[in-house]
Formats: sequence, structure tokens, C-alpha cells
Amino acid sequence: MEILNELSANLQEGYADKTKKLTEEALAQGIPATEILEKGLIAGMNIVGGKFKKNEMYLPEVLVVARAMKFSMDVLKPHLAAARVKSRGKILLGTVKGDMHDIGKNLVGIMLQGAGFDVVDVGTDISMEKFVETVEREQPDVLGLSALLTTTMVYMKRVIEALEQRQLRGKVKVIVGGAPITQRYADEIKADGYARDASSAVDLVRSLLNSGAQQN
Amino acid sequence: MKQTFSSLALGPSELVFGRAKHPIIRNGVSIGSGSVLPEIKFTLSSISIEEATREEIRSQYSEMITDVCQRAVDLHQSQLVVEFELLPQMTVESHWGVMITELLKEVMEQFRSTEGLQSLLRVTPTDTREFKKPPLRREGRELEDVLTSFRTCANAGGDLLSIESTGGKEVTDQAIMETDVRGMLFGVGVLAAADMEFLWERICEIAHETATIPAGDTACGIANTAMVLADKHYIPKVFAAVVRAMTAVRSLIAYEAGAIGPGKDCGYENAYIKAITGFPMSMEGKSAACAHLSTVGNIAGAYTDLWSNESVQNVKLLSAMAPVVSMEQLIYDCRLFNTSLRGGKEMDLRDLLVDSDSSLDPQAFIFRPEIVQMLSATIIAGRSHYEKTLSVALATAACLDQGVKDGTLLLSQREQKWLHKIAGELADLPTEEGQFIEEEKRKWLGHVDLAQYGLPR
Repeated sequence: MEILNELSANLQEGYADKTKKLTEEALAQGIPATEILEKGLIAGMNIVGGKFKKNEMYLPEVLVVARAMKFSMDVLKPHLAAARVKSRGKILLGTVKGDMHDIGKNLVGIMLQGAGFDVVDVGTDISMEKFVETVEREQPDVLGLSALLTTTMVYMKRVIEALEQRQLRGKVKVIVGGAPITQRYADEIKADGYARDASSAVDLVRSLLNSGAQQN
Repeated sequence: MKQTFSSLALGPSELVFGRAKHPIIRNGVSIGSGSVLPEIKFTLSSISIEEATREEIRSQYSEMITDVCQRAVDLHQSQLVVEFELLPQMTVESHWGVMITELLKEVMEQFRSTEGLQSLLRVTPTDTREFKKPPLRREGRELEDVLTSFRTCANAGGDLLSIESTGGKEVTDQAIMETDVRGMLFGVGVLAAADMEFLWERICEIAHETATIPAGDTACGIANTAMVLADKHYIPKVFAAVVRAMTAVRSLIAYEAGAIGPGKDCGYENAYIKAITGFPMSMEGKSAACAHLSTVGNIAGAYTDLWSNESVQNVKLLSAMAPVVSMEQLIYDCRLFNTSLRGGKEMDLRDLLVDSDSSLDPQAFIFRPEIVQMLSATIIAGRSHYEKTLSVALATAACLDQGVKDGTLLLSQREQKWLHKIAGELADLPTEEGQFIEEEKRKWLGHVDLAQYGLPR
């Protein structure tokens, strides 16, 4: 549909006002909110995410696009809720106890939001008790754990064990990332996945949730 | 003792590795008086810090310090500096910092008495004020933890006191991601500057009380964050270069408060600070590849007095544990620096280090000697920290543009577009600080508690 292509193109340029207006126009034309979301906004964001991954766009340019997306989502959300459209997935992010580094985690959050996921960021220096409590309350599909230090990465294992003890492990996928983390370490602590950067984190979440959906 | 710097301490022909105008001599170690010494740093491999792992942690540190000192002896290195960068928990629970400081110092002293190896220990507590969001900079338990850590580590055997303080980071993190020039000026020229004045007055007092050396602060949390994101292609490199020069103003404040160096390794802005103050500096470059990518691997050595590996995990490599390997690499780098100094060929080597990097990346280009002189002169000409930060940012953008025009700096079209955007935004910023703060503080409400910087809310 022409208007959805135009919406996607304007979103990719980060034109917030125009993107919002086209979203309203598309709704007025009777196009379902889900179609506007998928074929206009998410399609546009996917192109932007791909360009960022290939180093063709800088983060500040992606952020401008993400802001434009938010403008449109504010318009679209009530319609999506009315149609009882389920979220693409809820992701809970946090940096583990003893570690206050958060730029990498914040970047992952920005990229996931841009890809249409709901993101809850619990912050830095988070204890396993707080992770467990927040998983119980928020019921995320994925929990993302971040650590930058060799002395705090070991805490990720404790969080996973605490989730197991509370019988939450089967209900949430756990992914890990941060400078000292490797796929091998992720496997060792029985995480569901490891992402080396923010773009890969989006791919990983998509893949985990798709495989989860297929299993269901 | 407060110091002001109204003229450059070192001219173009004096600015070179191994020689500082005001060398530091302590415990048989001489820094900046005609030779470059290695500065080695190491960290634990994957392990949690708790009572149950206490002996394992002691054992790892003991092995690391013993083995690096032995490698220094084996390679005829007679002087070195060791840095102990405390992990956050070691700062918060000061007994950990004290225990490791004592352990390191004891081994270093054993090597002094048995092998004649002269060494100094730099202790670097973590700025754990960052744990609270927004941080309490001027009060509370976190500030006390940091100051206690300095005091106790100094009393336990530390010689040089340093920190990577994080004032302004609650603004600069976001400003870096958004390539927000105004936000950077607010974060660096206003907030970080105010915090440096507050914090370094206290660190210098502790150094005086404990007869240790206030050695300086790096803008790691700001300029190195920008550098890492630029090197990952997340933000423009020209922005990271401008940020680096801006942070020289905030790092210089430690010296205005009484620090005398050697400035800490990851502060690449130390090039400007050495030109301004004449104090010796530590730098890291190609031999810090174990810690992070660098586009300034050679040029970072052009003016250094200590040559560092940044940090390396205690893991086994084919030849030895990684800290030992780092030690050996640094020693060979220093041999080359020092042979050139002895043979009167240091300016040739300096210029080779400069020319091998400077045209390839804007972050390296701004360390060319003539540019270091020009930007350092711009900094000292400013009347306030705000004015200094703004004027050096403008001058950096202008010199990068000139480098592109005369073909001495290779810059992609995409980077050039960003350079013009950044230069344009800088040119629009007010020269009057009060007006600027009023404009910015509304934007950052909720992110930062201005009272923690001594500013009205």
C-alpha cells in the first residue's frame, strides 16, 4: 500500500511530524493498526537496523528514527490495544550486582525498542533477588543480563540459578552480554543466548521468541 | 597547593616522551627525567569477590605481581610503576583495597631489596558515587567510600593517587549517544569541571596527609566512552576527537588543585596536560591492545613518560600468564624509547610515532605536536572552564577541517558531513556561561541533581 511505503520512507529519514501524520492518515483510511505497525513502522525500522548493523548509519541517526517511531506508536497504541494485539515481546534488561556500567545495556534497550519490543530497564547493580522479583512482576519474555567486569560476570550464573529455584526459568529466556562475556560462557552458565553487540541482541531476541512461538 | 597555568610549560621541541619539565622522583624511581618506564596493570580473571574467594584472590594477585616483577628483573628493567585499579567492591569495602595494596607493596619491596628493582605503586579507587542514580557527588556514603579508599590505600603503601572520576557522566552518556554538542559542553565544561574542583581538593588533602603523590584524573568515563563507541562505528570519530580535546579542560583541573602527575594512562588528553603543566604523564597505545582497540597506538607514545598496557586479565597464554606477557612487551617498547633518548634521536622517533598514525584517524590527528601546542594554548587562554571547553572544541573542529583541506587528514565524506554539523552547532553556542546553564538545566532535569555540583537547582 502506497501510504505504508511512504510511512516507512519518512520514518527512515526520522521525520517525526510527517510520520505521525501519515500514521493518522492510514488509520483514517481504515487500514488496520497491525498492518500499519508491521508494514509501515516495523518495516522501516528493520531497514534502519540493517543499515546500523552494516555501519551505514550512526547511533544518533538511529535515535532520531526511534523518536519518530515513538510519535507514531503514541497514535497507534490505543488502536492496537483495542484490537487486542499482543506485544512483539517484553524484554527486561539490567546490569548485575556490583557493576555500574550501563551504556551497552542502554544501547541494547534502544535497539530493541526500535525493533518494536517493549523494554523494561531495571538499571545497574541489580541483585538476584531484585531480578527475580521483577521477572515475577513484569513477566518478560526475555531477561537480558549485562556485565562489564570479570568479577561481576560470575553473578549472571547466580541470577539464572535463582530463577531456577523460583521455577521461573522455564517462563523466561535469559540472554547475556558485556565485554568479558563469550558464547562459551553463556553456554557454561546455561543462558539461552549471547549477543556481542546491540544489533546482534535484536537478532537474538527475534530468533529466541520465534523459536519459542514455534514450540508453542 | 593550588596552581595556575597561564603559559605552556613545554614548547614544540621540548614535548617528547621521557622528558618532563617537572620530573617525579620517589623511592628510587624517576619519572620524566630522561627515560620512559613501563607501567603495568592487571586484573583478576573471572571470579566473584567474597569471603569464600579471598584466598584465591590473594593468590592471583600474589602470582601476578611476583611474576611481572621477575620478568622485569629477567629483562634488566630496573624501574617500573605498578597500577592497582580497585574494582568497585574493593572501593566500597575498603579492607579489600587495603589487603591487595599491602600484598602488592610487600612483593614490590621484596624485589627492591633482593633484586634492586625500584618501583612505585599507583592506587586508583573506582568512582563508586556512580552507583546512585542520579549520583550524590558531594555527600553521602558513596563519597565517603571513595575518600576512605584513597586514604586507606595510601596508608597501606600506595605511592601515586589517581581516579577516573565520573562527574557529569549522567549527562555525557546520553549526549555522546546522541552526538549532542550542547549536552557535551554542559556535561564537561560545567558539571565535570565543578566536580573535579570539589573532588581534587579532597584528594590533594589526602595526598598531603599521607605523604603520597596526587597523580591526576582521566576522563575515561567520558572521552573513552566516546572513543569506544566511535571505534565501534556507533558515533562519528570526529565527535570523539572533539570530545577528547574538551575533556582536557576537566582533567587539567586536578593539576590546578595540586596534582603533579604522572597522569593516568587512559587519559589520552594527557598530551595537552603535559604541554600545559610540564608534569610527566602515563599513556597507553599499541601495547594496550589486550584491553581495547586503539587508533592512536603509536602516536600515544609520542609524549609519554610511563608506557602502560591499560589492563590485562590473568589468563594463560602460550608463553606465560597475560600480565607477564604485557610486562615484556612494555619493556621492549621502553627500550626503544630510551635508546633513542640516549642517542639524541628522540625527536626522530617521536615524529615517526606521530606520522605513522596521524593522517588515518581524527582522534590521532589531534595529537600532532603542532596541534597539541595550538589546542593547549587555546585552553590556557580561556578565562573560565566553560570558555576553555567551548574554545578548544571550536579549535579542534577547525583544525580537523583544515587537515582535510590540506590533505593531511583522511576523512570519509560521511565523517566530513558530521564535522561540519558539529562545527556549526559549536559556533551557535553562547559564550556566556550563565545563559547557557539556564538553557541546559531544564533539559537535564531528572537526570542530574545540580546541587551536587554546587549549582542552584
